Amino acid sequence: MTGLLFPLAGLLAAALLWAAGAGWMESTTPVASAFAPMATAEALQALLLGSDLWAHVAFSLQRVAVGLAIALALGIPLGVLTGLSPLFSTATTPLFQFARMISPLSWMPIAVMVLGVGDAPVYFLLAFAAVWPILLNTAAGVSQLDANWLLLARSLSATRIETLLSVVLPGITAHILTGVRLAIGIIWIVLVPAEMLGVSEGLGYFILDARDRLAYSDLMAAILVIGFLGYLLDHAARSLHRRWLHA
Amino acid sequence: MNAALAEAVIAGGRPVAAEAVLDARGLSFAHAGAGTVFDGISLSIRRREIVALLGSSGCGKSTLLRVLAGLETPATGEVRFLGQPQAEPHPRSALVFQQPSLLPWLKLADNVGFGLDFAHQPRAGKAALAARVAAAIEAVGLAGREGAYPAQLSGGMAQRAALGRALAREPELLFADEPFSALDAITRAEMQALLVDVVHRWHSAVLLVTHDIDEAILVADRIVLMGGRPGHLVQEWSVDIPRDREDHPDAVAELRLAILAALRHASP
Ligand SMILES: Nc1ncnc2c1ncn2[C@@H]1O[C@H](COP(=O)(O)OP(=O)(O)OP(=O)(O)O)[C@@H](O)[C@H]1O
Ligand SMILES: [Mg+2]
Repeated sequence: MTGLLFPLAGLLAAALLWAAGAGWMESTTPVASAFAPMATAEALQALLLGSDLWAHVAFSLQRVAVGLAIALALGIPLGVLTGLSPLFSTATTPLFQFARMISPLSWMPIAVMVLGVGDAPVYFLLAFAAVWPILLNTAAGVSQLDANWLLLARSLSATRIETLLSVVLPGITAHILTGVRLAIGIIWIVLVPAEMLGVSEGLGYFILDARDRLAYSDLMAAILVIGFLGYLLDHAARSLHRRWLHA
Repeated sequence: MNAALAEAVIAGGRPVAAEAVLDARGLSFAHAGAGTVFDGISLSIRRREIVALLGSSGCGKSTLLRVLAGLETPATGEVRFLGQPQAEPHPRSALVFQQPSLLPWLKLADNVGFGLDFAHQPRAGKAALAARVAAAIEAVGLAGREGAYPAQLSGGMAQRAALGRALAREPELLFADEPFSALDAITRAEMQALLVDVVHRWHSAVLLVTHDIDEAILVADRIVLMGGRPGHLVQEWSVDIPRDREDHPDAVAELRLAILAALRHASP
C-alpha cells in the first residue's frame, strides 16, 4: 500500500501545481483555461472514447516498432563485430561516438530531401537515434562474455554457428535488452518532433493539428497520452529484461 | 596380445602405458611475445587416476591444463588421448572451472546437458542423453532442482551443477582448474568428497589443479608439483593413504610436510 502512496502523492502534487499554474495564467491569458486539468480531462475522455486518437497512437507505435526493428537489424551485427574485432572497434569507435552525439533531428532536412516526404524519413530518424545504444550495449555484452563459456563451447568442439547461437547471442541478450530499453526511450522522445514534418498521422502530427485547430485541451490530453505510453513502453522493456535474467 | 596393447600399437607404433587415458610428451608453450610459460613437461594420467597438479601462482598450471585439454596447441611436444594424437578437445574429456560458469538463461537440466547434441559430439539418442543428464544431476545431489535457473542456486549448488555438467559427458578424463577455491571451507570439504565419490562411480580420471596442499592430499592418488620459470614438473608423490584420509591424520601431516619442503625448495 505504501508502495503506491508516495508515487500517487507525487502525481497529485503535480496536478495541483498544474491547476494552480493554469488558474494563475488565466487572469492574464484567458485561453489558459483550456490547459487546466479539468478541461484536459474532459478532452481526454472524449478522445479516448472516439477513434481518432487511437488511430494516431497506432501509427506512432507502428513507427516505433519499425524504427526499433531497423536499429536492431543494424545495431546487433555491428555491435557483435565491434565486440569481436579489436581492429574494427578501433577503426569505428571515434566515428560512432561522433555520430551518436549528433541530434537525430538535425538530419531531418537532409532525410526529407533524400528519402522524400512520408514515413521513410521518420523511420530513418528513429532508427538513427536508436541504433547507438543498441550497438554500444551489444559490443559491451560481447566483450563481457564469460571467457569460460567460450572455453566450454570449444571443449565441446562447437562449430562457429553453434557458438554464436548457443553462447554468444543468448549471452549478450541481457545487454541487448538494456540497449533496447534505452533505445525505446530515445525513440519515443524523437518520435513526436519527427512526426511534425511531412506526415499526417501520429501523435506528433496530432499535437500540431490540435494547435492549428486551437484545441488546446486536446493538445494537453495528447501530452498526457504521450507520457503515459512512454511510461508503458519503458515498463515493458524493463520487465522483458528482468524476465530474461530470471532475477 | 591383449586388446589394450593392440590398441596402443595400432595407435601409432609407440608403446604407451596400456591404461593411460592421457599421455603428454615434451610439452612446451609460449604466449605470443610473453615468453615461455612451461617447457619439457611430460605427464601421463592412467585410467581412473586422480592427479593433483600443485604449484605456486602464475607458474603455468592453467595454461598446462588448457594444453592438455586440447584447448591450446603446444609449441613442442604431443598430447595423446586414449592413444590417439589429440588435435582438438576430446569428446570424452570435460572441464570444470573455478567459477561455475553456468549459462544463466538455461534451466539447471539444460545447463547440465549443454552441448551434448552439438554436431561434433558422438551421436546419441534424445532419451539416452536425457538419462545421462538425469544421472549426473542425481549424482551431484540436485535431483528436484532441474527447473531452477542459475540465479536461483547458491554458490555451492552452482558448482555442483558445474560438476554435473562435466559428468553428463561421461568423461574418461575430467580437467578441473581450482574448482573449489571460491567456496567456503565447509562446502569445499563436501565438494571434495563428492568429487572423489562421483569420479569413482563414473570411472573417470581427474586432473585437478589446486593451490591447496590439503585438498591435493585428501583427493589425489598422485600429486605432481610444478614450479620454476619457465614452469616444469619438479617432483611427484603417490598418495597411498587409505580413504577416508581424514582418518589418517599422521600420514596426511607427514606428506604435507614433505610437499611443503619441496615447495620451498622449488620457489626460493
Ligand atoms: N593471454 C596471455 N598472454 C600472455 N601471458 C599470459 C596469458 N595468460 C597467462 N599468461 C602468463 O602465463 C603465466 C602462466 O599463467 P597461468 O594462468 O597458467 O598460471 P597459473 O599457475 O594457473 O596461475 P594461478 O595459480 O594464479 O591460476 C603467467 O605468468 C601469466 O602471466
Ligand atoms: Mg590458474
